Amino acid sequence: MINDPHYIGCPNCDTVHRFSAEELTVRTRCARCGYRLTLGRQEAVLRVTMLALTSLVLMGLALFAPFLTLNAGPFESRASVIDVIFGFAEGIMVPLSFAVLFFIVLIPALRSGLLIYALAPNLAGVAPAPLARPALRLAFKLKPWAMTEIFMVGVAVALVKLAGMATVATGAAFWAFALLVLVNAAQDSFMCRNTLWTTVGTSSS
Amino acid sequence: MMTARDHGLITCRSCGLLAEPETSSCVRCETPLASRDTASLQHVWAWLVAGLIIYVPANVYPMLRTTQAFRSQESTIVGGVVDLVHHGAIAIAAIVFIASVVIPVGKFIVIAYLAVLLSRRGPKNAHRLHILHEAVEFIGRWSMIDVFVVAILVALVQFDVLASIQPGFAAACFALSVVFTMLSAQAFDPRMIWDATDEGAPHDA
Repeated sequence: MINDPHYIGCPNCDTVHRFSAEELTVRTRCARCGYRLTLGRQEAVLRVTMLALTSLVLMGLALFAPFLTLNAGPFESRASVIDVIFGFAEGIMVPLSFAVLFFIVLIPALRSGLLIYALAPNLAGVAPAPLARPALRLAFKLKPWAMTEIFMVGVAVALVKLAGMATVATGAAFWAFALLVLVNAAQDSFMCRNTLWTTVGTSSS
Repeated sequence: MMTARDHGLITCRSCGLLAEPETSSCVRCETPLASRDTASLQHVWAWLVAGLIIYVPANVYPMLRTTQAFRSQESTIVGGVVDLVHHGAIAIAAIVFIASVVIPVGKFIVIAYLAVLLSRRGPKNAHRLHILHEAVEFIGRWSMIDVFVVAILVALVQFDVLASIQPGFAAACFALSVVFTMLSAQAFDPRMIWDATDEGAPHDA
């Protein structure tokens, strides 16, 4: 039972489950509290790595391309995601700039980087990188702090607020960011804890 | 149903592997192990009080300062919602009101309710408490919408004398309040909800 991947303790309610090898390849829930124990995704390691790479590329595009352009009569104002982040960068508001930078850029990018670092060696068939396990653990832990999807809803609210006063045009970065939200959601749907930990943990010990 | 504790084992909350009771960290993912996090309620209360305190200036101070044709106008969180209603944007007003007033206040109440119930003895309906905890963890991050809206408006609306928007002190307070209550909700050890349950009671009651 101990250290056997066929036995899964529910992280939510501590109930012990025994799964056969076939059951570990499908979606399972805790019988007591309904927590998702396995996602049963085939090739989870490959897909998570690929989606993490995609998300890094999109983030690069989204950062520097024009995000939104505002037109009010003869006046025009452009903003990239970087401008949005440093909109707070004066005096007492500097810490808030850093918070926005972390929530919408650094943490999502860091998560992708950590996942690639922890999982790619397995795909290449070589031994895991040193600290692969803390890296994967951090990637799971950071999930609630990556807020790209919340940022996009914020963009929608801001656009409606501005609709009466000016016309707004969306730039390439806007669409890159929207795509990034979808890619991150897809990535999370493949992040089966049991599969990823069995891959990274057992091959290094 | 048997829990890992009933078997005399510890469940890894990160990867679900079972370990011997004396083990200090999981062999598969290296997460520090504890059968129950007995100090969790203290952490919950500490973060909750911090979040509650900082929520006061977040509502008192202005979120935005709009300068239009030399006239400057400051608006608080609630004031911004009222403005939106006056502009006829009822749907957006509802989103902002829910994200910045209903969710934060509801979160304070639900977290305090959970913490009080868990520190008391006696039978509880674990399924209901579990759903409340999941809801608080899932929904809490969405309060950040308002902070992102402010960041986007500040970056876009910069037409010198014609119109400009500056962030207010409340934006930083509000962001901190959201972070503190997220940490508060994460500090719960959900296994303690299930320990305190009355298994005999009908779960859909």
